[in-house]
Amino acid sequence: MISADIQTVLPEILLSLYAMGALMAAVYTIKDGAAALLTWVTAGVFVLLAVWIGINGDGTTTAFGGMFVEDAFARFAKIIILLSAAIVLLMSEGYMARRNLLRFEYPLLVALAVVGMMVMVSAGDLMALYMGLELQSLSLYVVASLRRDSAKSTEAGLKYFVLGALSSGLLLYGASLTYGFAGTTLFSGIIDALQDDVSLGLLFGLVFLLAGFAFKVSAAPFHMWTPDVYEGSPTPVTAFFATAPKVAAMALFARVVHDAFGGIVGEWQQIVAFLAVVSMFLGAIAAIGQRDIKRLMAYSSIAHMGFALMGLAAGTALGVQAMLIYMAIYVTMNIGTFALILSMEKDGRPVTDIQALQSYSKRDPLMALVMLVMMFSLAGVPPMLGFFGKFYVLRAAYDAGLGWLAVAGVIASVIGAFYYLRIVYYVYFGADQDGTDSRPTPVLWTAAVITGLIVALAWLPGVNLFGIEPVAAAAAETLVN
Amino acid sequence: MGNLLSLTTFIPLLGAAILALFLRGDDEAAQRNAKWVALVVTGATFLVSLFILFAFDPSDPGFQFVEERPWLLGLQYKMGVDGISVLFVMLTTFLMPLVIAACWDVKTRVKEYMIAFLILETLMLGVFMALDLVLFYLFFEAGLIPMFLIIGIWGGKDRIYASFKFFLYTFLGSVLMLVAMVAMFTDAGTTDIPALMAHEFGSESFSLLGIQIIGGAQTLMWIAFFASFAVKMPMWPVHTWLPDAHVQAPTAGSVVLAAILLKMGGYGFLRFSLPMFPVGSEVMGPLVLWLSAIAIVYTSLVALVQQDMKKLIAYSSVAHMGYVTMGIFAVNQQGIDGAIFQMISHGFISGALFLCVGVIYDRMHTREIDAYGGLVNRMPAYALIFMFFTMANVGLPGTSGFVGEFLTLMGIFQVNTWIAVFATSGVILSAAYALWLYRRVVMGDLIKESLKTISDMTTRERAIFAPLVVMTLLLGVYPALVLDIIGPSVSALVGQYDIATAAFEAANQVASN
Repeated sequence: MISADIQTVLPEILLSLYAMGALMAAVYTIKDGAAALLTWVTAGVFVLLAVWIGINGDGTTTAFGGMFVEDAFARFAKIIILLSAAIVLLMSEGYMARRNLLRFEYPLLVALAVVGMMVMVSAGDLMALYMGLELQSLSLYVVASLRRDSAKSTEAGLKYFVLGALSSGLLLYGASLTYGFAGTTLFSGIIDALQDDVSLGLLFGLVFLLAGFAFKVSAAPFHMWTPDVYEGSPTPVTAFFATAPKVAAMALFARVVHDAFGGIVGEWQQIVAFLAVVSMFLGAIAAIGQRDIKRLMAYSSIAHMGFALMGLAAGTALGVQAMLIYMAIYVTMNIGTFALILSMEKDGRPVTDIQALQSYSKRDPLMALVMLVMMFSLAGVPPMLGFFGKFYVLRAAYDAGLGWLAVAGVIASVIGAFYYLRIVYYVYFGADQDGTDSRPTPVLWTAAVITGLIVALAWLPGVNLFGIEPVAAAAAETLVN
Repeated sequence: MGNLLSLTTFIPLLGAAILALFLRGDDEAAQRNAKWVALVVTGATFLVSLFILFAFDPSDPGFQFVEERPWLLGLQYKMGVDGISVLFVMLTTFLMPLVIAACWDVKTRVKEYMIAFLILETLMLGVFMALDLVLFYLFFEAGLIPMFLIIGIWGGKDRIYASFKFFLYTFLGSVLMLVAMVAMFTDAGTTDIPALMAHEFGSESFSLLGIQIIGGAQTLMWIAFFASFAVKMPMWPVHTWLPDAHVQAPTAGSVVLAAILLKMGGYGFLRFSLPMFPVGSEVMGPLVLWLSAIAIVYTSLVALVQQDMKKLIAYSSVAHMGYVTMGIFAVNQQGIDGAIFQMISHGFISGALFLCVGVIYDRMHTREIDAYGGLVNRMPAYALIFMFFTMANVGLPGTSGFVGEFLTLMGIFQVNTWIAVFATSGVILSAAYALWLYRRVVMGDLIKESLKTISDMTTRERAIFAPLVVMTLLLGVYPALVLDIIGPSVSALVGQYDIATAAFEAANQVASN
């Protein structure tokens, strides 16, 4: 029995053992000297695990009495998390090394955060959920303040910690209410308890849980930490924040609302739809005033989380599928965009003012083109992938009778298009002036070009988004039934 | 030959890829090579598209050359042309080599300029050939990207404002269409255009937010599509982006915008609004007719007072597009025939007029009407060609402009006499502004010092105008060339429309009894 359980959680166990073992090894040997090597090895481990999960995973198995669920949905999320974390690690190596930030703890903290995320998306119980969430969050608080001598970075870490702790508190309160009224922490038990009677206490629990998740996915009105943390953290860390943790939190969100509260879709649909519409508009409007590209990307991610939540708000398998595809596309776009942001430097120092992109297209036409592709994709203009992501969620929302949400979403996307266009404007027809003077490193160059090609061309008949659609559909089916 | 349409569509894209990947450097030789490559590619596209025209069977009102392959969302990547779209395809492939030739004197970022136009050609062709709703939207919207760059990078002084206005205006219009497309997908379970044409969307009236909506879902979807196409067309009162975009765009950009991009709105009405939402069209039709009448009279008056030549022609375009929408929503054979004819002919004429402005702009670098006068003394050939296209714009019999206006007016006269009266007064106004423009720029004595050394058109410029003159005359004296091709498809469209609206009215009769 126990060996079967261990078999199910083997990827998580292996990754934790690797992280702890490597930590020990590095502490007692050459410390930071091993950092570069560890970064590459960790990324390699991520990729191996992703491949393993992709090939080996089959059907649905539960472990530890239902606390841990391994199904197609979890696998889908895990593969995205692992791959995006691997790519972001590789992209950060050069940047960190040049700024003396490359400590050996960095890749290992990321590895631990990834373990937390993998537990989150597989959680079948409120306890397992909280465990995964906190492992992830605590690791992230530390990486946010990785640049110890910078006031901004430490401020980012502290802010993230305080607000994160607050949201964890909300979540725990919700969990305790749910436990109190349902008599169990198992999702399968909660959904059974809801069948006979929906008590007010359970609804309160649900609301607090949702508020906690909204913090983690940085959906408005719980988004306040996002711009500051994005701005203050070292850029590679920001790139990481914008990708894997968002996927994990969104998958967890979907898991809880469907596995535990799937019987009362009507109750949480309004809340999620509200979060979606506020996020989309806030993200679109607040970004207009931003001049710092990292803050701009923070608001952009808030708006995108609004769209992903729109898929979730549908409360159907179609909605979950749309959300998964949206997140996959979102991660791809963000990796590409951050590869470009990471290569923005002037006289060896990183710059984040969007003015520095003026006439970038004359200095580096290829990277400028990638930037163009990414910005139009983020804005949701076809034929870029961002459009297809939006199309999936709009369809799911409309199909579920949320036509008003779809209309609100597209209007918000027009407002949002303005600031993406402004970046294109700087890059292509801005004034001639001194801006960035750097060339991307080979890793960043490769990441940018590959994601650029994917984002611009993956819709072509024959490529068809690399067949992600049926996989996401299968994943959604296992969650919603 | 199963892939003829895809081949035509993607040749320019291939050319753009070749330019992007293999052409290095920015010296004079590289610039010349970029132009020649673009010219050859667009020329080759035109030649390939001739196969479509010659193999097209005008007696068949259905879609021809259809190709299908599986795509995302269980959709099909589906292309095809019928009598309505085939001529737009030809218009595009015919004009693009001329457009490329017209920007021969561009000096900045030539390679990128050519790439932008080649990509734009692919997207425009895709719009007219797509037989899947999502595929159509993809091409329709993607066209904004190269046009945004063309205006923004190579445009005039206020190009930033104009490019943002152009993009956001049209984007806002089309996202509402996107929601309607999602609604159609959900309702019909397919986005296949021929299947959607056969599908009957709900037309039960219901009330939304306390407003009674006659025609129900069809009317709402019709409005969403209208939001997109009316902006694209552009119709009064959402036309304000057009004069800005035209004035700031480089000459070649203006030509593409006026000659081809505007036609997508009219094409959209014919492909989607009428066949898919006949009840919605019937309910909202009178509104469109009145808006068109206002557009014709009002924008003609506005054109009269313009100081800038390009702005004047831009307003004249809006007025001419008023005839098109009027013809389309008259929904009879003459009206729709006339509308399509008008769009094709306007493609030649307005393109030529913007080229005419470009010719003197290249020499004097101003578009102010007051800066010119008496050009006939130094530029006789130019005066002749400008005269010809001014007359065609006015609708002189014998030119293609006359046929379109006459047919649309005949179509509308059968539906609503008052609108016909208003619209006809637009004919007089158009003569007023066009001839007055001609008089101020070309006639009179050459007194301006700066114009004393201006030179007449070069051989290249004459070569660009020659095909346009031929087409305008040919269609003017022998309109059957166009009408024979579009006739069967249009009569099928009108027939289906009449059946659908008759059923709706019969149901209403029963309900009111």
